Amino acid sequence: MSATRVLGWLAVAGLGAGLVMAFGVAPREITQGNVQRIMYVHVPAVWVAYLAFLVVCGASVVYLVRRSATADTLAAACTEVGVLFLGINIVTGAIWGKPTWGAWWTWDARLTSVSVVFLMYVGYLLLRRMTDDPERGARLSAVLGVLAAPSIYLVHTSVYWWRTLHQPPSLLKAGSATMPAVFWLAILVNFVAFALLAAHFVGRRVRLLAREREAHA
Amino acid sequence: MTAFARRAWLVLRKDVVSERRSKETLNALVFFALLLLFVFQFSLGDDRDRLAAALPGLLWLGFVLSGILGVSRAFLVERENDCWEGLVLAPGDKSSIYLGKVAGALVLMLLVEGLLLLLFAVFFNVDLGARLPGLAAVLALGTVGFAAVGALFSAMTAHVRARELLFPVLLLPVLVPVLLGGVKATEAVLAGEPLGAVAHWLKLLAAADVIYLTVGVLTFDAVLES
Repeated sequence: MSATRVLGWLAVAGLGAGLVMAFGVAPREITQGNVQRIMYVHVPAVWVAYLAFLVVCGASVVYLVRRSATADTLAAACTEVGVLFLGINIVTGAIWGKPTWGAWWTWDARLTSVSVVFLMYVGYLLLRRMTDDPERGARLSAVLGVLAAPSIYLVHTSVYWWRTLHQPPSLLKAGSATMPAVFWLAILVNFVAFALLAAHFVGRRVRLLAREREAHA
Repeated sequence: MTAFARRAWLVLRKDVVSERRSKETLNALVFFALLLLFVFQFSLGDDRDRLAAALPGLLWLGFVLSGILGVSRAFLVERENDCWEGLVLAPGDKSSIYLGKVAGALVLMLLVEGLLLLLFAVFFNVDLGARLPGLAAVLALGTVGFAAVGALFSAMTAHVRARELLFPVLLLPVLVPVLLGGVKATEAVLAGEPLGAVAHWLKLLAAADVIYLTVGVLTFDAVLES
């Protein structure tokens, strides 16, 4: 069995465990009710997406230095998967926002900055698609992959300063133990499952892209 | 280093000379800036308060729109008469070409920004004179970042399908920090606050300038191949 396939089955098992954690083990949150459970999809999705973009940056640097085709396909595959998971994050955020805030969309700092990052990487995919020569496409998108990573930081900082009327991130904040451990555990189980799923997708896309290249060569 | 600076200077001088002779970009941009004022006036109406509230955003909207049109041409002009091949074959570090183009884009944009400020002062009767030093600092910091990304993306999209569409689609998300910083700092300056009150925004603009220029210099070799 290939590594990608193993990852796929592990992801299936992980997603099953994640569902059990999210609906069975984790209790109903008092103030938000069942709506809060969307967090178990929402939060892991954004972590996986940003992890993917980190890989994009690293693979792009490797491509620019070594010109290895593997690094290019890895960067391209990770961008696609990252955009997918960030899309899931934004959509689940909107679904959560409707009953909680009363609107599908608000110009909240994190909503806005994540969407800007989403558009940035959609631009990356467009650039690849619009370049006829695959070798040039690889070079140009590698440059964009390198530029995008520090831009994420700048976008988040600037949008955060622009709008500081939202609640601060409730997770990943040092010293704030506001969430019971069982919620954390449910998020972590889902994160592992999502990461496995993303790795499975990336493995499949890398193989497909490599075959596309062979077919064109 | 001196040879590097000289090469960048030569690229800048070549562009300035050819623009001075043809006046292609600047002529069109002057009238574009003028047209923008009409668009702004039509969409805002006569209300003075509304104009005052929107002024920082409008100024930057004007800079961005004319910047997109002007800076996207930075490398497009090299496609004519096989100039691109000339740049690729030029000896030495390619990033000097990039810095020359950034300088050219900077000069072009600062000219257009100065023009837009003048037009705003005349047509919307806003008194910018007293705010000019602070405004100049903010504009300079913002425009360096704009020119750095703009020149890089202009080279990247020069050989891509639908390049005039892709250029702004790539540019705008990356420019969000520059735009927000520029608008917020301009707002403070126009309200009469000292620059110290928006020091964090100015630092962000400076950080964006440094990061974009560094990435551009480091990666430009890969952009300019073949």
